[in-house]
Amino acid sequence: MVDLQHQIWQILQCVEDPEIPYLNVVEMGIVREVKVNNGIEVVITPTYSGCPAMKTIEEDIQEALAENGFHEAIVKTVLSPAWTTDWMTDDALSKLRMNGIAPPERGASDKGLLMGKIREIACPRCFSKETTMISQFGSTACKALYKCQECLEPFDHFKCI
Amino acid sequence: MRMKNRDLYLILADTSLILGQRLSEWCGHGPAIEEDITLSNVALDYIGQATSLYKEICAQEKDGKTEDDWAFLRDASQYKNLLLSELPNGDYAYTIARQFLFSAWYYLYLEQLMASKDEFLAGFAAKSLKEVKYHFQHSRDWVIRMGDGTEESATRMQNALNEIWTFTGEMFTSTKAELAAAEEGIGVDHLSFQDAWNELVENTLQQAQLIKPENGWMQKGGKEGKHSEHFGFILAEMQYLQRSYPGAKW
Repeated sequence: MVDLQHQIWQILQCVEDPEIPYLNVVEMGIVREVKVNNGIEVVITPTYSGCPAMKTIEEDIQEALAENGFHEAIVKTVLSPAWTTDWMTDDALSKLRMNGIAPPERGASDKGLLMGKIREIACPRCFSKETTMISQFGSTACKALYKCQECLEPFDHFKCI
Repeated sequence: MRMKNRDLYLILADTSLILGQRLSEWCGHGPAIEEDITLSNVALDYIGQATSLYKEICAQEKDGKTEDDWAFLRDASQYKNLLLSELPNGDYAYTIARQFLFSAWYYLYLEQLMASKDEFLAGFAAKSLKEVKYHFQHSRDWVIRMGDGTEESATRMQNALNEIWTFTGEMFTSTKAELAAAEEGIGVDHLSFQDAWNELVENTLQQAQLIKPENGWMQKGGKEGKHSEHFGFILAEMQYLQRSYPGAKW
């Protein structure tokens, strides 16, 4: 049983996030649970309610499992507990940084932000902390758009939720 | 079988769906690319939230309906969304003012709904709250920027607030079904967070150097299926495909 579970997790690690292909769905914290007792069930959770990638992720997981002989596997989506960027692995965060995206900070929610408190985000290229937010929403719902005042490059920041 | 708190779910789901549909009208028409992308993302969040709620109704009622049936195959009087959500977009100040007043309310509502004894609603609220926090921040920033901007932008923002104000009263009325659900610890009595909402709004308007409109006659009826003259048009647009090609899939 433990071996089977391990094998499934290994397969899932090869399923990439369709919007950030250098991260897999396990590193993203999207896969919550793998059950192997009565048939195989993979439990996933969306990053955002409206994330358009969820359907693709579900199909990709099903396909990867089928390719490895697990044709009957079920993929189930749950909303609770709500996904948080704190579930992304350390590896995932450094891969983001290496790819020019400022990773989310640890320790997700801060109510001060509601009333306009600004977070200090370091530029993923030159590490300067002299940055400004251009837009709360960037190329996807999970990213905000920033600009570095030091090297003048714009960059995405993976928002903390 | 009809689930017990269906109306509670529908008020939430329909409001999210219709506001999402409204905001999606900005896609390709935003005043700047960042804003175009923002409103499209916010629209996606709302439509995603509505989908989760409709899906849960389907899962509980088990009558073969899908979330698409709920979204696309009902008539106007069967929708229970707040009137505010169906108001046409107007200019950018109007859209932002609507977004600001609504997301302040929605944030406070979800915060309380997290304590619901209905496990699904509690989970839904915790999830959605994270998203709505960003919607609120975004609209709040713009209210301040426009209010404290040029004479033109301040006038437009003030006019928008004055016009929309009459639709804010409905957010704090509760239907019998909502009150009954609140009694049982499942729903929320909207009056319970009216003070907090006023404070949130006042604080922002003060920073924006705008005047909070006086409470006068308040429009209501959306939650009972009585909608404004704008509603038929938005449904016609939204439902066109499923009405013209029933059962179409891609």
